Amino acid sequence: MALLTVDKLSMSFSGLKAVSNLDMEINEGELVGLIGPNGAGKTTIFNMLTGVYLPTGGSITFQGKKTNGVPTYKLSHLGIARTFQNIRLFGDLTVIENVKIAYHQHVSYNMLSGMFRLPAFYRGEKDMEEKALDFLKIFSLDDKAQELAKNLPYGQQRRLEIARALATKPSLLLLDEPAAGMNPQETRNLMELIRWIRKEFNLTILLIEHDMSLVMGVCERIYVLDYGINIAHGTPDEIKSNPRVIEAYLGEEAI
Amino acid sequence: MGSVSDLIIQQIINGISLGSIYALIALGYTMVYGIIQLINFAHGDIMMVGAYIGWFCTTTLMLSFIPALIIAMFFTALLGMLIERIAYKPLRHATRLAVLITAIGVSFFLEYGGILILTPQTRTFPEVFPQTVYEFGNITFKYGDVVIILTTVILMAILTLVVKYSRVGKAMRAVSFDKEAASLMGINVDNTISATFAIGSSLAAAAGVLIGVYFNTINPLMGIMPGLKAFVAAVLGGIGIIPGAMVGGLVMGLVESFVSGIGFSTWRDAAAFFILIIVLIVKPTGLLGKNIREKV
Amino acid sequence: MKLFNVKNLIRLLVLMVVYGIIQYLFINKAINPFYMMTLVLVCIYIILAVSQNIITGFTGQLALGHAGFMAIGAYMSALVVVRMQGSLVAGIIFGALMAAAAGMLIGLPTLRLRGDYLAIATLGLGEIVRIFFLNMDYLGGATGFSVPKTIDWTWAFWLMALSVFLMSSFINSSHGRACISVRENEIAAEAMGINTTKYKVMAFTMGAFFAGLAGAIYANYMYLIHPGTFSFLKSFEILAMVVLGGLGSITGSVVGAGVLTIISAGLADYPEFRMVIIALVMIILMVYRPNGLLGNKELKLDFLRIKKKG
Repeated sequence: MALLTVDKLSMSFSGLKAVSNLDMEINEGELVGLIGPNGAGKTTIFNMLTGVYLPTGGSITFQGKKTNGVPTYKLSHLGIARTFQNIRLFGDLTVIENVKIAYHQHVSYNMLSGMFRLPAFYRGEKDMEEKALDFLKIFSLDDKAQELAKNLPYGQQRRLEIARALATKPSLLLLDEPAAGMNPQETRNLMELIRWIRKEFNLTILLIEHDMSLVMGVCERIYVLDYGINIAHGTPDEIKSNPRVIEAYLGEEAI
Repeated sequence: MGSVSDLIIQQIINGISLGSIYALIALGYTMVYGIIQLINFAHGDIMMVGAYIGWFCTTTLMLSFIPALIIAMFFTALLGMLIERIAYKPLRHATRLAVLITAIGVSFFLEYGGILILTPQTRTFPEVFPQTVYEFGNITFKYGDVVIILTTVILMAILTLVVKYSRVGKAMRAVSFDKEAASLMGINVDNTISATFAIGSSLAAAAGVLIGVYFNTINPLMGIMPGLKAFVAAVLGGIGIIPGAMVGGLVMGLVESFVSGIGFSTWRDAAAFFILIIVLIVKPTGLLGKNIREKV
Repeated sequence: MKLFNVKNLIRLLVLMVVYGIIQYLFINKAINPFYMMTLVLVCIYIILAVSQNIITGFTGQLALGHAGFMAIGAYMSALVVVRMQGSLVAGIIFGALMAAAAGMLIGLPTLRLRGDYLAIATLGLGEIVRIFFLNMDYLGGATGFSVPKTIDWTWAFWLMALSVFLMSSFINSSHGRACISVRENEIAAEAMGINTTKYKVMAFTMGAFFAGLAGAIYANYMYLIHPGTFSFLKSFEILAMVVLGGLGSITGSVVGAGVLTIISAGLADYPEFRMVIIALVMIILMVYRPNGLLGNKELKLDFLRIKKKG
């Protein structure tokens, strides 16, 4: 069954078409890649899927419900989580606090219990601490739990972003260039990790990536975008041999 | 019937005079905001300093209106540049909160430093103009009204020419558009910002002298309310936009004189803030502003 | 992890000792009434500064309407106590609740605004509140409103302690962290499921509630309340305390409020000096130490050691 259906989705900024008439369907459990040259409109699509931008045309359907105009935080509650291309961590907070904030939507006590330090608060905090540490362990960040997020090295910041997104307990995870700035070894490890979390958390993943080896190696299906238009989609092998793609995108890099 | 329309016309005249003063102050707010995105809270107090210089010139130095106005504008321009260099320039890369708090600090400093040096007592301006009153039926038109409106129109015309055609004006527009690009093009950004403060402050000084000669009394805290209202005027017109400040100032002046005219003078300050809040909620970019969005 | 753990018991003990010493000195006439009033004002300003810090330091919203909420708390508690012959407790609770209600009402539309715009809008609303009371002859209008003095040092101190406890508990709970995430990165917070508007309004309402509480204490201590007391200068003063102590530090606000209130009292005969000093403190601090004395760190009980906030 399709988890996410995008129908004739368009976005224009004061007349300039960033995305036009995009059709996309992602089934439960799939790992789908979204590629295209710079400025092709990939991040714009993420921003529409997460409610940051209101599409100027078309519709988005998530779990059978139309989600155009649903605010970002509600989409997160519905199960869409994301990372950011230009890392957006809560820099002045510790690593574990970053994860706890993402877990906040599942908090078990209310504001007054917190203010008056009722037993529910202590129970809830203990539970949250454990859960947050579990997420950090997956990304080998548990020994950095008390460090400030802004003091982490770049690669760890990217991993923390994914850990934080996972803590919202999503069903659809959107990764915006998760391997940007990583070396080949780190990228390979990340690929493994992405496959593993998909299985472990029953996730559907849509990822934007520039690193072709990552996309081809990990994704089952790929959508190719050029100037806001979907020029091809299919399996990695089909994409590799698609002449339009080679012309628009791969060709450029092959030269 | 006649008396009602007379009353309305009278309030329009009062409103335009008052609005001209607000517009002059609002220009400084809007120019500074346009170039470094700072609400210069001290701007109203710079106006107060201008008024005091004007008062000193007309009383101690026995000068007439125009020399007093020019001297006040000159020294206040220096003060504006000085404040920018000492208090704001070190914070060019600080958070907006830090700069705003500094601006509030500068404002306090001028107000209460003023009280320390000049004592809190109210000073009276001498009669710089003849107290001529022109009457058309029941409508009165004071000599001061003419002076205010004329001075404002002349200063605004000069400002428009400067911004449009002079080197400094072109540099100001370039810097407010993109600081880095401007500096790559060989524009001295620091000097341009100084010039903006100088021009804005001198316009405020002109407003201060006009308030002095029109209302006759000045005191060290006189800058607070007109300063806030001029800021509201700048926001109303669309902050960062020079014609916006002019339009906003006039609207504020008219609203205030009508609120007073219908007998709610104790509420007139509240009216200004109501307008502000409504503008901010309905169209935060102001009457003449364009919408911008944050990039994600 | 329980409320009555060793740490909290020590904290309570410290509070009791501080209270006991001052009360003892006062009873034995070692502290004259003027100093006593200063100490009560310190308590009031601590509540005001910490609650402003919740809004500005932790949630990152520069609101300048605190004097307005303080005024609502003061006048509404006076309304209950003087005009309706209600009890002091009823007055304080009503004053704080009305301020909170006003905070929520004002917060919903204005908190969509960013930075400077929010500052100026809340400043304007604070002034509207003041002008409203200025025109309310039923509550004294421009001449002020007399309220019997029913609050003493004991009340002020323990209400302050309770307020600071509640606010710091809030900020150190998951809901408080949600507020902090708004300050840190609003877009990321939204994407992580934080309803940023809700938490801004929550912080704002809570700040208003405690500002109202402080106002109610003030009204029932000072004999006379006057609209002029609650001008935006008061809001700036409160902000200066928060900035001095450090945005995002509860103990910083306590220190900031204490220091500035005592300086103010010392310069009571020279009010201009007082304001000039506050102004200079604000400017110099912003230029040389924009994070305030403590930054966002907290002073811990094991004194002299300043620990990073965990």
